[in-house]
Amino acid sequence: MPLIEVQDLAVTFGSRANRVHAVRGVSLAVNDGESFGIVGESGSGKSTVLRAICGLAATTSGTIRIDGQTLTTPRPAAFYRRVQMVFQDPYASLHPRHTVDRVLSEPLAIHGLSDAEARIEKVLQEVGLGTGYRFRYPHQLSGGQRQRVAIARALILEPRILLLDEPTSALDASIQAEVLNLLDRLRAERGLTYILVSHDLSVVSHMCNRLMVMQFGQKVEDLTRADLQSHRATMAYTNALLTASAGYSRSETQP
Amino acid sequence: MTPLLAVENLRITFPTRNGPSEVVRGVSFTLGRERLGIVGESGSGKSQTGRALLGLTPPPGIATADRLEFDGIDLRNASAATWRKLRGIRISMVMQDPKYSLNPVMTVGRQIVEAYRTQKGGARNAARDAAMAMLEAVQIRDPERVFNAYPHELSGGMGQRAMIAMMLITEPDLLIADEPTSALDVTVQLEVLAILDRLVTDRGMGLIFISHDLRLVSTFCDRVLVMYAGRIVEEVKATELARAQHPYTKGLYTCLPRIEGGNRPLKTLQRDAGWAL
Repeated sequence: MPLIEVQDLAVTFGSRANRVHAVRGVSLAVNDGESFGIVGESGSGKSTVLRAICGLAATTSGTIRIDGQTLTTPRPAAFYRRVQMVFQDPYASLHPRHTVDRVLSEPLAIHGLSDAEARIEKVLQEVGLGTGYRFRYPHQLSGGQRQRVAIARALILEPRILLLDEPTSALDASIQAEVLNLLDRLRAERGLTYILVSHDLSVVSHMCNRLMVMQFGQKVEDLTRADLQSHRATMAYTNALLTASAGYSRSETQP
Repeated sequence: MTPLLAVENLRITFPTRNGPSEVVRGVSFTLGRERLGIVGESGSGKSQTGRALLGLTPPPGIATADRLEFDGIDLRNASAATWRKLRGIRISMVMQDPKYSLNPVMTVGRQIVEAYRTQKGGARNAARDAAMAMLEAVQIRDPERVFNAYPHELSGGMGQRAMIAMMLITEPDLLIADEPTSALDVTVQLEVLAILDRLVTDRGMGLIFISHDLRLVSTFCDRVLVMYAGRIVEEVKATELARAQHPYTKGLYTCLPRIEGGNRPLKTLQRDAGWAL
């Protein structure tokens, strides 16, 4: 049985004339311990799928099951101990006037977990920051360090599932490599399950063994990493993405 | 032949509480009618270098240089009148995000017409025709709609193309493009690059392409300057970027994940304090 199962998910925003169909009937299944990628352009609905899973966007129709149990709205607190999300922009997702310590203590207080001291120190070690960063404010950290804090905040509840929404697209290439390595290591150590959303095919190919390509709120194609590596895509849109990610080519674009 | 642009020992300093901080430290290069890429990480000074070429260093920053010449014109102490004759007319700049660089309360068409008439004057109808032609030239399928649209009614890719149209309608000799495609989707990105490419080959425009995307620059530009901590650490031919000598360039290149895989874990960049000296 898959750990995460989404069936015919539809999400619409607005009403009447302004109605936007962000996601139109998307289904996916992710097994325990797997890393699943969602690729697409801006506006394709890929982030909305993640937000619908963790309850940040109201679903219009369709069902989402975790471990065979259909999710209810609002999500119970226990849900967030199993599923956590990391957002795209670490400059926007951390409270500017909260120290790292406060950012990390809050989920512990909400879920009534004891042993805050030890847990904070442990999670900071795990994301490679060390306790020296514990009492800093976000503005005293670099982009990569902030994203590590965001990952630490998600990990401190010891979830099984991490939803990663473009976790490295706001970061420089060298920092991206560090964060991707960190995510890779954490998954191996803790047996986490990832759903990673990205517009960058090479990041998804590096991180995920299966992926789904989305366009206009719909699924275009399901691919495995091997398909991607050998450029075995059947849909024209996927092939266009593959060609584009190889860089600029003078021969093709010039008449 | 004298180069289109010559820069020698460009320095940009910002005063801070702890004394002046130099963000660009002695940058020198020349540009002909070619595609020059400037790459580097955030904070390496690449955007500040681009802005200084147009005299747009934000105060209280101060830009100085031993030589800053565009087509024989000394830009160092250029008067406001000289700048007016150059900016947007002979040297244009395309900024990163069309959302912040188009006027939100003017239709796209009016903005383009304004740019055209400031330089060339002439009748409103002629300007309108020129603007329409330019919008078509940047591959906008429905120029009529875009002409009458406000910036918020356009998608990111459309807005960026409209801005490129506005910058190019004056037929500049030099275009400074500061991350012109970073806000765009990959497929749109390539279309925009093709437009710029055609302008360089057909019209002999000089192009400075500022980007953090090494892969894109290596496939698009002729020559690449790699900046680190306000200095040019290496200049390489774009096709030879994969065989670059400087450890920083190498590090930037090898830390990218590849679709083909085979580099797990990714090599991370080991910074050397000596690079910044």
